[in-house]
Amino acid sequence: MAQVRVTVDGVNYADDVEPRTLLVHYLRERLGKTGTLVGCDTSNCGACTVHLNGQSVKSCSVLAVQADGGEVLTIEGLARDGKLHPVQEAFNEHHALQCGYCTPGMIMQAVDLLGDNPDPDEREVREGIEGNLCRCTGYQNIVRAVQSAAQKMKPGATADAQTPASVAGGGN
Amino acid sequence: MIPAKFDYVKPASVADAVRALREGGDDAKIIAGGQSLLPVLRLRLAAPSLVIDLGGIPELRGIREDGDRIAIGAMTSYYDILRDDLVTQHVALLAQATETVADNQVRHRGTLGGSLAHADPAGDLGAPALALDAEMVIAGETGTRTVPAAEFFVDYFTTAIGEGEILTEIRFPKYTGWGSHYEKFNRTAQAWSMCAVAAAVRVEGGTIAEARVGLTNMGTTPIRAAGVEQALIGQPASAEAIRTAADRATEGTAAPSDADAAADYREHLARVLTGRAVLAAAG
Repeated sequence: MAQVRVTVDGVNYADDVEPRTLLVHYLRERLGKTGTLVGCDTSNCGACTVHLNGQSVKSCSVLAVQADGGEVLTIEGLARDGKLHPVQEAFNEHHALQCGYCTPGMIMQAVDLLGDNPDPDEREVREGIEGNLCRCTGYQNIVRAVQSAAQKMKPGATADAQTPASVAGGGN
Repeated sequence: MIPAKFDYVKPASVADAVRALREGGDDAKIIAGGQSLLPVLRLRLAAPSLVIDLGGIPELRGIREDGDRIAIGAMTSYYDILRDDLVTQHVALLAQATETVADNQVRHRGTLGGSLAHADPAGDLGAPALALDAEMVIAGETGTRTVPAAEFFVDYFTTAIGEGEILTEIRFPKYTGWGSHYEKFNRTAQAWSMCAVAAAVRVEGGTIAEARVGLTNMGTTPIRAAGVEQALIGQPASAEAIRTAADRATEGTAAPSDADAAADYREHLARVLTGRAVLAAAG
């Protein structure tokens, strides 16, 4: 067993884990963070995307022990004070989901993208989410939602819009 | 799938990592960013008894100018390479190839050293490292040694890194002012290269003065397209001259046939993509 000390969605945890435990399994099975999904289990689909130390990662391709000392943000930690993150709101408004399975990972990657590029054009959005697959093929509305969120998150756009950097714990 | 059981250590220095590797014996395995190793462990294609994590050694990360070289720590992530001004200015081809690797999430975790040490012939960083005459700094029990890229890639998933040794740094000569381009052919956004070409040229007054060309996935290792390089020198940087030179791209290759492409199709791709890559580099 190895010890992992990690902050997840603002809460500190210290747990003994088997070194082979994948971060996604630690989040779901030990911490009950089932909002993060296991999709393909082969690093392709991006359903398990979370932020580790301010950067998006596929949590099926990170060992829990590699996150030791780090800060993890999952889809469950994105809302603040009961208010959805602007990207979550935009996915709702633009019907950017069909079955919903890819949604948590898609949103976490979109938040990462907007942290690096606050005003992406359509091509940049598509490239930014290239590691996330929607098997309903509902990409059109996903791209619209990400671009809409970008507009709402611009400084001064709305009184209470958060920047992705502040949500992601300092960005990169 | 869940990997088979293994022990795990996270040394704080290269010396400690080398010691752990020696004590771990044949079944010890280094993990860098883990973006190649973890899928392999999950599929249980490998089952090391000990995994040694280089993530706790800060000096293996970072990019610096070292005289006439750009030195990149083996644990430097793709993401950091893509945002580094020294790389953009002096080794642009490396950034161009890095940009095509997998997706954003993988580029956050994946490392240059990890990719080169893994030596997957479909990996995108071997061809630019070979074409640009990079040097690999390898640490072992008795100190460090430097291996040129031309001697580093030995075979399929096999490099000159010996037992008990760790790749610590990759050093690139400066190609300031050269034009470069990485032309990759794959079927879907994040797929591996079926074939790809790394090209850098120095053009003087419309004539190609120097050329470097490397091929991805045209054999068991990255391959230097020496015939193309020779044919380009002294030629005008025109589409016709470049396409003629690119016809030599398959010299010395041993293209694999697999589910993605048959060998003869890969050979066709190598010629076409070499023309495109060199033309873009010369433009």
